[in-house]
Amino acid sequence: MSKWNEEFFIEKGLLLTAISSVIVIALIIIFIFREGLPALQSVGFFSFLFGMEWAPSNGQYGIFPMIIGSLGITALSLLMAVPLGVFCAIFLSEIAPSKIRKILNPTIQTLAGIPSVVYGFFGLVLLVPFMRVQFGGTGFSMFTASVILTVMILPIIVSVSEDALRSIPVEYKEASLALGATHWQTIKNVIFPAAIPGIITSVILGMGRAIGETLAIIMVAGNVVQIPGSIMDPVRALTSNIAIEMGYATGVHYNALFATGIVLVFMIIVLLVIANYFHYKKKVTIGGGYL
Amino acid sequence: MDLKYGVGLLVILIIIIAVLTFGTGSNYDRIEIAGSTSVQPVAEKLAEKYMEEHPNVRVDVMGGGSGLGIRSVSQDIIAIGTSSKALKTSEKDGLIEYPIGREGIVVAVNTNNPVNSLSKNQLKDIFSGNITNWNEVGGLDGRINLVIREDGSGTRSAFEDLVMNKTKVKSDAIVQTSTESIKVAVKQDPNAIGYISLAHMTPDVKALKIDGVSPSIETIKDGTYKLQRPFLFVTNGEPKGPVKEFIDWCLGPEGQEIVKNEKIVPET
Repeated sequence: MSKWNEEFFIEKGLLLTAISSVIVIALIIIFIFREGLPALQSVGFFSFLFGMEWAPSNGQYGIFPMIIGSLGITALSLLMAVPLGVFCAIFLSEIAPSKIRKILNPTIQTLAGIPSVVYGFFGLVLLVPFMRVQFGGTGFSMFTASVILTVMILPIIVSVSEDALRSIPVEYKEASLALGATHWQTIKNVIFPAAIPGIITSVILGMGRAIGETLAIIMVAGNVVQIPGSIMDPVRALTSNIAIEMGYATGVHYNALFATGIVLVFMIIVLLVIANYFHYKKKVTIGGGYL
Repeated sequence: MDLKYGVGLLVILIIIIAVLTFGTGSNYDRIEIAGSTSVQPVAEKLAEKYMEEHPNVRVDVMGGGSGLGIRSVSQDIIAIGTSSKALKTSEKDGLIEYPIGREGIVVAVNTNNPVNSLSKNQLKDIFSGNITNWNEVGGLDGRINLVIREDGSGTRSAFEDLVMNKTKVKSDAIVQTSTESIKVAVKQDPNAIGYISLAHMTPDVKALKIDGVSPSIETIKDGTYKLQRPFLFVTNGEPKGPVKEFIDWCLGPEGQEIVKNEKIVPET
């Protein structure tokens, strides 16, 4: 084989591996559209999206309460996980002595390795009774689910943010300290702003995990199709809806579950676009240039 | 060397798969069963054991729901339909029912709950939301927390058929997706009430008496415990050949022993 041929095949081969993920996503989207569109047609797009009743045995397919449920759980868990994760990352990258780091880093990585069913069971057996005793009600709630999710997305946010903070060139820090700034002033005014695009990436990844999580949520959220009056009310997420009912569904019900999947995919795409927008905007205005 | 070893393993694997796929030939009798998802596990157990003893017969068990089972068997798409409710007279039309067992639905509460017995009407009022406090049915003061199964579950549809009688279940009832998680929820919450099948009953939750009768194999057998449903095999016309042999075997001592092991109350 000539050198030219070798180059050609390796280039094309690499291209193939690179576009394989695009092909897979395209196939998935085509598939869920093919299965889900009949339901959107027979139920009607707006009555599907904004319908308040989900009762497949009566032919009612409205997923609005579940959209609220998914968004609510995700927002609540990000609200708790982002500050916790970012401060933890700052501590790990800037302050922690290497001894502490050697303990903390593997611990956080272990959190990421625990299967979601274990988190779910932990939540069902320990967190749900705790919530019931502390806050009343049944203990199954949007809040309980987001606490579990917070623990699940924390390792992603911590490790990606920590990488971002560490990759800030050491000259920035030296320059700031040389100007007489304290360590905290340097973190606050130089290192953190320069790392913001990377931190936003960590939030995007955490959000993706949170909105897609299914099993743990099924076990602790209560799965009631309703718009929650407070964060202590049980809710059902879109992912849970698909997983709970897929085993039995036939006909329009089956298609409606795929249509739920379409909505979920679009929600994730919209959230990703918004997050990416902020990612790039911050990159330009801060001018860190490296991330 | 490692690579050669791997290739050798792969070749052996391919040969095994090929033998399994094509080697068994196709000269066996095939019995297709479909219908109720509640009957499915016990039908699968029966099929498995039957195929062990009769290697020339293949029994395929599928789900789909009681309605689908009855429809498919009356259209001769499958040999045996399964149903977990008695056939309506309009459905009977040439179909023959073979009861293979009966299943009891247990209403379970926390072991610390002083309530021991409920009437069927009280149960209906509790699940529809007319009764919301335990002190209305002789218990302590406390909001009743309902725990139900997901839409499509066999236990749920049995409970709704037997108790609710078309009345809607209260919409804010907690939904759990397995018998086990219903039990965990009831075990932890002194104010919870849920339903499970008798097969899964364990002493960590308390089974309520319904209309004064506690659920057990005996009370289900003699019909005094009302929350029960039949597990039926349904054929279109008198079954013949291998299908008849299979049904006879299921109703015989060997089959009924398997039914019993699955905690279904046997018919005979």
